[in-house]
Amino acid sequence: MSGVWPWLALAAAGAFHGLNPAMGWLFAVGLGMQEGSQRALLRALPFIAAGHALAIALVVLAVAAAGIVVDPTALRLGGAALLVGFGIWRGVRWRRHPRWVGMRVGPRDLVAWSFLMATAHGAGLMLIPVLLHLPGYAAYARVPNPHVLALGWGPTTASTAALAVATHTLAMLAVATGLAVLVYRTVGVAVLRRFWVNLDLPWAASLIGTGVLMAVL
Amino acid sequence: MGFVRPDQSFYPSARAAGEAPPETHGYVTLPTALDDPRPDALGVVDLDPGSPSYGTLVSRVELPHSGDELHHFGWNACSSALCPYAPHAHVERRYLIVPGLRSSRITILDTKDDPLHPRVVKVIEPETLARRAGYSRPHTVHCGPDGIYVNALGGTSDGDGPGGIFRLDHDSFDVLGRWEVDRGPQFLAYDFAWHLGYDTMITSEWGTPAMVENGVVPELLLGKKYGRSIHVWDLRRRRHVQTLSVGEDDQMVLELRPAHDPTKAYGFVGVVTSVANLSASIWLWHLAGRSWELTKVIEIPAEPAEASVLPPLLQGFGAVPPLVTDINLSLDDRFLYVSAWGTGEFLQYDVSDPFHPRKTGSVHLGGIVRRAAHGNGAALSGGPQMVEVSRDGRRVYVTNSLYLAWDQQFYPEGIEGWMVKLDADTENGGLSLDPGFHIDTGTDRAHQVRLAGGDASSDSYCYP
Repeated sequence: MSGVWPWLALAAAGAFHGLNPAMGWLFAVGLGMQEGSQRALLRALPFIAAGHALAIALVVLAVAAAGIVVDPTALRLGGAALLVGFGIWRGVRWRRHPRWVGMRVGPRDLVAWSFLMATAHGAGLMLIPVLLHLPGYAAYARVPNPHVLALGWGPTTASTAALAVATHTLAMLAVATGLAVLVYRTVGVAVLRRFWVNLDLPWAASLIGTGVLMAVL
Repeated sequence: MGFVRPDQSFYPSARAAGEAPPETHGYVTLPTALDDPRPDALGVVDLDPGSPSYGTLVSRVELPHSGDELHHFGWNACSSALCPYAPHAHVERRYLIVPGLRSSRITILDTKDDPLHPRVVKVIEPETLARRAGYSRPHTVHCGPDGIYVNALGGTSDGDGPGGIFRLDHDSFDVLGRWEVDRGPQFLAYDFAWHLGYDTMITSEWGTPAMVENGVVPELLLGKKYGRSIHVWDLRRRRHVQTLSVGEDDQMVLELRPAHDPTKAYGFVGVVTSVANLSASIWLWHLAGRSWELTKVIEIPAEPAEASVLPPLLQGFGAVPPLVTDINLSLDDRFLYVSAWGTGEFLQYDVSDPFHPRKTGSVHLGGIVRRAAHGNGAALSGGPQMVEVSRDGRRVYVTNSLYLAWDQQFYPEGIEGWMVKLDADTENGGLSLDPGFHIDTGTDRAHQVRLAGGDASSDSYCYP
């Protein structure tokens, strides 16, 4: 797998994360309603996206670093085990949520909140299989080539990593913004009662599913 | 558990909850008298006018132990589960958390399988509460955005206090420990409430167990030792922020009713009595700039009475105190209901302008001196005490017991439990007793009422 496919997958995962009310669009709506202004809503979203990006970046860097020192097969199987394990834990303890009490939040709080939510939900982990297929990033992890391995962390890796985080986060931000504005302006929070898919279980399932795919492919 | 919908009793805003369908049944705590060896019970009342058993007690679920003295109780989860910063929309409003105020035991009942016959699923023993949170005499229960909050009147030391707040896990109901990180000067406890939109907690003051458990202590009352303040807390950092006190002579600052709209930063608190003139009062706490203030907005005077018709405790005063023991605010933040347990008057105020309440309704039910009978002719012992309002604001349910030892002091001839219903005019204001609704619980005292699906004091909301 190579070419445009992994980038599309990163963007799609970003959109999936953006849809999840626990990833921030709903918080932005709540803040907008508390202030009675759409500007408050729009002000919050970039910070929420920044926190999400940080959580993703952490995993992206971890995978790159692991790619340097760990045998590719071990990396693939280890990543798969991590995903399946975390997915099972999320599936069993889906009611568990990070504790956070607060509506009076500044930019720093929003970044921290979003980082916490994304990390606790394993948002970054879900990207591991895609990361391993990014051209020039972790290709060396797939093909045991001592030459590539020797290159280690290089400019290509860095720019690929940055691009991966940006692609994912922009897709997440776009979906979250669209949804937040739609609910704030048109639909109203009454929709929360009528339609709020329990994303926790599909979320856990996709963690497990990606892990399994990663192990067998 | 819904997969594509949250629990349908959750509403994002109080405004939306006001459009909820009428309640079909309710729960009421039924403490037995102190000399009655039977355990307390949770009563289930049929509130569906289309049902043949409408307006009757359809079941009486006895608790596993005696001597609990049930008082207040609450749900494991409610509308605050939709709050945006900790959304867990797919929990269910299902369990009732029922503290025993005297025993310090907490009983959890499951209402899901058979809402009319809830069953006991867990008991938290007093030792567990003491060991894990350092508190005793659990009282108020609120379903918070991130778990179950309960408060307690007492501590576990010889000092008898401080009372405070602890949390329960919303799945296992394990006691998670004391809530306060820094309690500042707070020592007394009674009720707690919050402004979720402002990350603010408010707590009130009655007395420690030794001050209240065997009845009101006249020396403490005259010495102005009962609670005279509310406390403002940073809900997020769990720290004491501010103490706001009522007048010099006012005491027992009890029920807290914050505005349901999370963008409004005010609420009402009832104060039982003033030792200067036995009046009762309602105070408004409100955010003024960056700090909170407390202002008296209603005063209800005592009524002169012959010593011969008064209980020994009051004979020296020659007057019957109103004793505001409970208040409740409709979900639209428009009507405040006030129980004057002493005079037996039940009042409705229009509080659209919270600084200038306007009296819009009054009904007499029992009372120390007046002893007003029910519209159906039945005698009513005690007076209007706990009050609960339906989500649409049209029906108001009232019971008559305060607290076993206090019942005895103010109504020494004895109290027979009852629950009545009043109909509220939500357009123009006004209140009338439903002559067809009168539940007599006999020797069981009747205390707090919770309505199935939520009521005007069970839920809190994060959206306006």
